[in-house]
Amino acid sequence: MNDDYATLQLTEDGQLRNFISIRGLPKSILEQILDTAASFVDVGGRDIKNVPLLRGKTVVNLFFEPSTRTRSTFELAAKRLSADVLNIDIARSATSKGESLMDMLRNLEAMASDMFVVRHADSGAPHYIARHATPNVAIINAGDGRHAHPTQAMLDMYTIRHYKGGFEGLTVAIVGDILHSRVARSQIYALRTLGAKEIRVVGPKTLIPTAIESMGVNVFTHLEEGIKDADVIIALRLQKERMDSALLPSESEFFDQYGLTNERLKVAHPEAIVMHPGPINRGVEIASEVADGPRAVILHQVTFGIAVRMAVMSMSMGGREAERNAARRQQEAQHVR
Amino acid sequence: MYAKTQLLIRQARIIDPSSQRDEVADLLIEEGRISRIGASLDGRGADIINAEGLWLLPGLVDTCVHLPEPGHHRAGTIASETQAAAAGGITHVCAPPDTDPVADSTAVIRLIRERAAQTALARVLPLAALTQGLEGLQLAEMQTLKEAGCIGVSNAGQPVANSLVLKRGLEYASTFDIPVMFRPQDASLSQGGCAHDGPVATRLGLPSIPAVAESLDMARILHLVEHTGVRAHFYQLSSADSVALLRSAKAKGLPITADVCVHHLLLDETAVEDFNSDCRIDPPLRSQADRKALVTAVADGTIDAISSQHKSLGSSAKLAPFPSTKPGISGLETLLPLVLKLVNAGELPLTRAIDALTRAPAVCLGINAGHLEAGRRANICLIDPNQQRLPRDKWQSAGRNSPWIDTHLPSKQVLTITDGRITWDATTP
Repeated sequence: MNDDYATLQLTEDGQLRNFISIRGLPKSILEQILDTAASFVDVGGRDIKNVPLLRGKTVVNLFFEPSTRTRSTFELAAKRLSADVLNIDIARSATSKGESLMDMLRNLEAMASDMFVVRHADSGAPHYIARHATPNVAIINAGDGRHAHPTQAMLDMYTIRHYKGGFEGLTVAIVGDILHSRVARSQIYALRTLGAKEIRVVGPKTLIPTAIESMGVNVFTHLEEGIKDADVIIALRLQKERMDSALLPSESEFFDQYGLTNERLKVAHPEAIVMHPGPINRGVEIASEVADGPRAVILHQVTFGIAVRMAVMSMSMGGREAERNAARRQQEAQHVR
Repeated sequence: MYAKTQLLIRQARIIDPSSQRDEVADLLIEEGRISRIGASLDGRGADIINAEGLWLLPGLVDTCVHLPEPGHHRAGTIASETQAAAAGGITHVCAPPDTDPVADSTAVIRLIRERAAQTALARVLPLAALTQGLEGLQLAEMQTLKEAGCIGVSNAGQPVANSLVLKRGLEYASTFDIPVMFRPQDASLSQGGCAHDGPVATRLGLPSIPAVAESLDMARILHLVEHTGVRAHFYQLSSADSVALLRSAKAKGLPITADVCVHHLLLDETAVEDFNSDCRIDPPLRSQADRKALVTAVADGTIDAISSQHKSLGSSAKLAPFPSTKPGISGLETLLPLVLKLVNAGELPLTRAIDALTRAPAVCLGINAGHLEAGRRANICLIDPNQQRLPRDKWQSAGRNSPWIDTHLPSKQVLTITDGRITWDATTP
């Protein structure tokens, strides 16, 4: 069944054509994304920030769930690749009017779109769209339910490689609301594929999903044990509504037990870095002294995010083009016969 | 379409667990009734079906078939779905009360019975609601509904959360000896879930339903069954914990029976690994250990019957991302082939498997069916036990929501006779 994740994302000769989940992608593709992103990091610092890789292409940001930050970084990434960008904030308006997701996709395809960047509250929505959309459109997952947020995970990997030089021998602790986190799930797959030594998840039992050990992680319920000697500590954002559903008593108790403070970080590796997918809740999952301190690399993550998204978009478009050209050649060859 | 005056089915392997019959013999039907079963019957004047190599079983009894009428016309009709039943060798279908409107009044029960009398190709056995509107607050008029023709009461997929209402409902039902069917599931533990709470749902980030949602509610119901002495049937059990509860309750001598949906015997949580919504059902497919416990329980008779849990859905029901799709599999046409798949895999003995589709479910429902008996109206299922592909264009149910369409299945339905009437005939290819 895992094959489906691969066939949905890769061309026959193993190039990226959709970017839906880290699962199903080989180490070589993840490394290619990181290397390609490295070449784009400089683009942001130049006077002319654009490269022409996606000139003449139309990228549609399909956001079924509101998100200013992620949408802006995708928009910026597409524009730096010289693509035309169409932003559609559905937020359930069109589909609630009775237009089915399928009909809406057909309409957008008719506008000669080349790429859909999809954010949806349902786990599996990009899978569904990739299976039902025409093969001419590349699908990029910008976050689906609790399932995956692969571009966020790749920018985190970029950040880790930037600061640690690689993944071998690294111990990475992911702290907080694992249960609801698509970011954590994608990070786990990425860290495993890239060869981290140990992946830990840390949190109260209410926020640790059933059988998460099967994903190849070690579970810790006490923070100090979980971050002991860790090289990388990733704090996840805690949503306020978790208190309403009896998952936690209060923000302050969560901070007392799981909040990252300088005192607690003493047990981590002396050169440990602290990451956070943002936006941060100061005094909930992380103390200000840590967020603003020397270990935190949170703002760099944002910069790298644009480069990683440029990499993923240009690679998937490349895979699509290669596939389309191959199909055309095959058709022409048949005509000759 | 009444059967010819005389029909002789010759040289079939006749398997009837209720009479421990498993032999090659002839079966003669006269004026819709089974007149004789025996070696080399005289077929003069009769139409003859040469059934050499075929298997003849009692018409199958299905304990849980969601019928789309009234209220769900996009998912088909009583006519279309009982046609599917006939195509699957099923002659008796028990229909839960979660129709629209809910079957909590004599008007709805009568409507279902009238529609069935006019259009159905299977015997339709309706259940009525235990509480009004299935809301779990006020009792439905059970005795009146029984007189109108329901065979039992149930709150279907909406278990009564208030234990006082449940206790009184069971006391009242037992007063009139009305059997109660339960689908145990704690609403607060299952709310919003769409997959089994296990490694697959964790990997896919799907909101989940833990196995304890079922066993917790089942334990509560069992205590009240013991207290009230009501006749109870549990349907669609899905977990090893539920099996353990059932086993110990039966050992205590409680008046209970149970069934399992065939898909839970064949598939586990990994069937939805790639967001395959065709395999989304409620309760969800659970772990491999749960599946094995269910199969063992069927084999040793702890779980009495196997049902299709048929639910035909309109074409748009599965056209959405997984969590937004509707649960359910259209399953009438694949019930027997899938059970034979388990037999062929060595997981179930043949006689017990056929028993779980014929005699046992009839006992669960308290009806006189599921056996072959001279003098009674003929209910017969004749199959070719050789592997066949099930092509899409031969599919009868209005709902195409099945993971098994276009796959190879271990048998093909040849002939179905329901109450003496031929309801499916593929004797001439």
